[in-house]
Amino acid sequence: MSSKNADLWEKTKSFLLKNTMVIALVLVYLFFIIKSEGRMFLPQNINNLIMQNSYVVILAVGMLLCILTGGNIDLSVGASVCLVGAIAGVLMVNLGWNIYLSMVVCLLIGVAIGVWQGFWIAYVRVPPFIVTLAGMLLFRGLAQAILGGLTISGFSEDFLSIFNNYVNIPALDSGAVKYSSIIFGVLCCLVYIVATVLTNMNKKRKGYTAERPASLYTKIVIICVIVMLLMYKLSLYKGIPFILLWLIGIVAIYTYITAKTTFGRHFYALGGNEKATKLSGINTNRIYFSAYVNVSFLSALAALVVAARFTSANPAAGTNYELDAIGSCFIGGASAYGGIGKVSGAVIGAVLMGVLNLGMNIIGVDSNFQKVVKGLVLLVAVIFDVVSKRRAVKSIA
Amino acid sequence: MSDHILEMRHITKEFPGVKALDDVSLEVRRGEIHALVGENGAGKSTLMNVLSGIYPHGSYEGEIVYNGKPCRFSTIRDSEKSGIVIIHQELALVPFLSIAENMFLGNERGSALNINWNETYAKADELLQVVGLHESSHTLIKDISVGKQQLVEIAKALSKNVQLLILDEPTASLNESDSMKLLNLLKEFKKKGVTSIIISHKLNEIAYVADQITIIRDGSVIETLDMAQTAVDEGRIIRGMVGRELTNRFPRREHHVSDEVVLEVEHWSVQHALYSDRTVVDDVSFILKKGEVVGIAGLMGAGRTELAMSIFGRSYGNDIRGTLKIHGKEVVLNSERDAIRHGLAYVTEDRKGNGLILSNPIRVNTSLARLDKVSRHRVIDLDLEHNLAVDMKDKLGIKCPTVEQIVGNLSGGNQQKVLLAKWMFAEPDIMILDEPTRGIDVGAKYEIYCIINDLVAAGKSVIMISSEMPEVLGMCDRIYVMSEGKIVGEMNADSATQERIMSSILSVNKGA
Repeated sequence: MSSKNADLWEKTKSFLLKNTMVIALVLVYLFFIIKSEGRMFLPQNINNLIMQNSYVVILAVGMLLCILTGGNIDLSVGASVCLVGAIAGVLMVNLGWNIYLSMVVCLLIGVAIGVWQGFWIAYVRVPPFIVTLAGMLLFRGLAQAILGGLTISGFSEDFLSIFNNYVNIPALDSGAVKYSSIIFGVLCCLVYIVATVLTNMNKKRKGYTAERPASLYTKIVIICVIVMLLMYKLSLYKGIPFILLWLIGIVAIYTYITAKTTFGRHFYALGGNEKATKLSGINTNRIYFSAYVNVSFLSALAALVVAARFTSANPAAGTNYELDAIGSCFIGGASAYGGIGKVSGAVIGAVLMGVLNLGMNIIGVDSNFQKVVKGLVLLVAVIFDVVSKRRAVKSIA
Repeated sequence: MSDHILEMRHITKEFPGVKALDDVSLEVRRGEIHALVGENGAGKSTLMNVLSGIYPHGSYEGEIVYNGKPCRFSTIRDSEKSGIVIIHQELALVPFLSIAENMFLGNERGSALNINWNETYAKADELLQVVGLHESSHTLIKDISVGKQQLVEIAKALSKNVQLLILDEPTASLNESDSMKLLNLLKEFKKKGVTSIIISHKLNEIAYVADQITIIRDGSVIETLDMAQTAVDEGRIIRGMVGRELTNRFPRREHHVSDEVVLEVEHWSVQHALYSDRTVVDDVSFILKKGEVVGIAGLMGAGRTELAMSIFGRSYGNDIRGTLKIHGKEVVLNSERDAIRHGLAYVTEDRKGNGLILSNPIRVNTSLARLDKVSRHRVIDLDLEHNLAVDMKDKLGIKCPTVEQIVGNLSGGNQQKVLLAKWMFAEPDIMILDEPTRGIDVGAKYEIYCIINDLVAAGKSVIMISSEMPEVLGMCDRIYVMSEGKIVGEMNADSATQERIMSSILSVNKGA
């Protein structure tokens, strides 16, 4: 009997440890709902949460791959966002180029920035901290030179709509409740349920160990409830923002890459033990290189998102964005030494930061004090990571 | 009658699973040079670490009496305060600091807030004179040779008012004239009343300087020879060092050697990875046949690991020269990936540093070298990976609840098996095993020997690098002996003995 209890306790403990940040997120959210007398849970604020933090999610996903390679960070993402935004402004507004062509050029410039930094980091082995610190000055300076210190506004409606609009199907969304949102939610849940059940059946058929039904169904129920709640709230406002679809796409692609492909596996291996990875016949230089090309590519994408959201390109855009991205990864459980971290974790970290920002704004916390709170949250998250790992090591010895 | 500066009584030191020292007693007379000899892993360094406080009081049993008083050192600082200074084989100098800064590191002249640099450099220059090193104390450590660095270490010891100087293989990386200089310096110190304990494998040097020789084997003192009383020749010392019986610590093996040569290395030379003017592998040629276990015996630092890693896709060294033939065809392996593709595997001696990803589960480590086997279009089939990892785990008898277990949480023997599993999963024809049984207990060793036998029975070929001579003798069909970067002997297992191997290693040292 007692052993059964102990077993249960062990399971609860490991569940809590695995999902600490999810639980923290839920608690923080509940705290703000209570403090703001429900305003935090208004459809409009949920919508704002998504709109305001979209760029953080995109940057955090890119940053995660860098951090995976061994705790390396990219300090230049904020400056890259500014530079690419400035170029977008010049191309689309000043020169009046076709917006799709301009967007492709902007993304290619992002890749070029990544190639520049990745080359020094991966093949010349200049420490990433130095290269990206230099990049931070370099790209910020270039951006300001391009803008001449001025703000470019007047992006065309066509461009803004790509990121700022909402799904609007006339037959469904003409009323106060946007039914497309609810239908989308139901579809997502159905796809999720069918996919999970199918993989599990497949596993059983091939004779692999399948997940226990109880935990499987609990997981399905929890995720579906969250998705439906979110979609219901959105349906009461303006429906599904396009940017949410972008985010879902990006997160899905990168989750797949990191969890299921050999390419993704190489990042974890490299961060876990570089020498062993190299001796296993893996080209470690190329992994470093692709991490930095990738983060710059995603920075360029974030730059377009940011330019659309502020409907302008300005010389101060992207300030401190790198810190938001880095913070999200570490709050989301990425190891500061590399080799550990998930895309889902980075997303949760980004959402937690976003909830803190929004919540503190709603209940009217002084903006200086907001920084204090965010700093402490980041520190506590990493302390938790380091301490829990040290305890794990001790239990071996 | 004689005055002992140091008596170590009944020292026993255990590591998890291993008894490194078993009731060792050592007496050192004041003002003598006392030599400690024994194979790698015999316990010499452990004994000296106990003495110098690296293993603090309480972590071992027994008693240390120094200058007539029992001592309980809990840190190196404690032992240094009483005049015991140890100089390790791996020099502990900071390359980008000057000689003087290194000499007084942790022992700075002046006060903590105000280092007296004039005194530092003056005192350093004075001590450099004593050890006969004609360099300015402002010179950076990285700019002087290893021989001179060794002298700096000794000068550093002198700055701490040393009474008992311990040197762990001080001449291992020195050339002949530097070695002589150092040995003569020790004789000078002896006249001034400094006692020395020297650990060395070079018996000619020991015969030259030592007053007493203590032979250690398998964590026990075999005997102490007094050079003044008995005529001691090298054969006598070697017998003491290796004279253990080979019991049935090895599985019975059948010979599967065929005439087909799978690997042929000719005139292979490699320069040191950092100091390109140092040749670590010098014109080595050898062959490996199908189904054969070839041993490469030798002492640490003989260049065996460097040889293996340079063959394995040039993963070590500079300016690698020589030809490599696999199955009779000449190949150039420019990367580890090339090597794996040509059926080579290198199982490292440093499983934690170079072999395993400790933070990852067994499953991930097993498939890492051959992810293509578990993936299609670069997408990993996680279930297939899991099942193949389970297969390997069962095959090698890795003791763990599931293959999702984090490798860092396994015992040394099981980690070694995971490392073997990883490389067996790569399906190589030729496996190079570098110290495959280092740091694991006897039972796990036996299991690993069985795995090696299964490999060759299945037509693979194995190169086994080992510093443990019984292991080489018990497991190999043919044995090469390496010393100082060269192959200095080749023998068939039936005609090989520990004495033969030891004397071919030492014959080179004598010539040098």
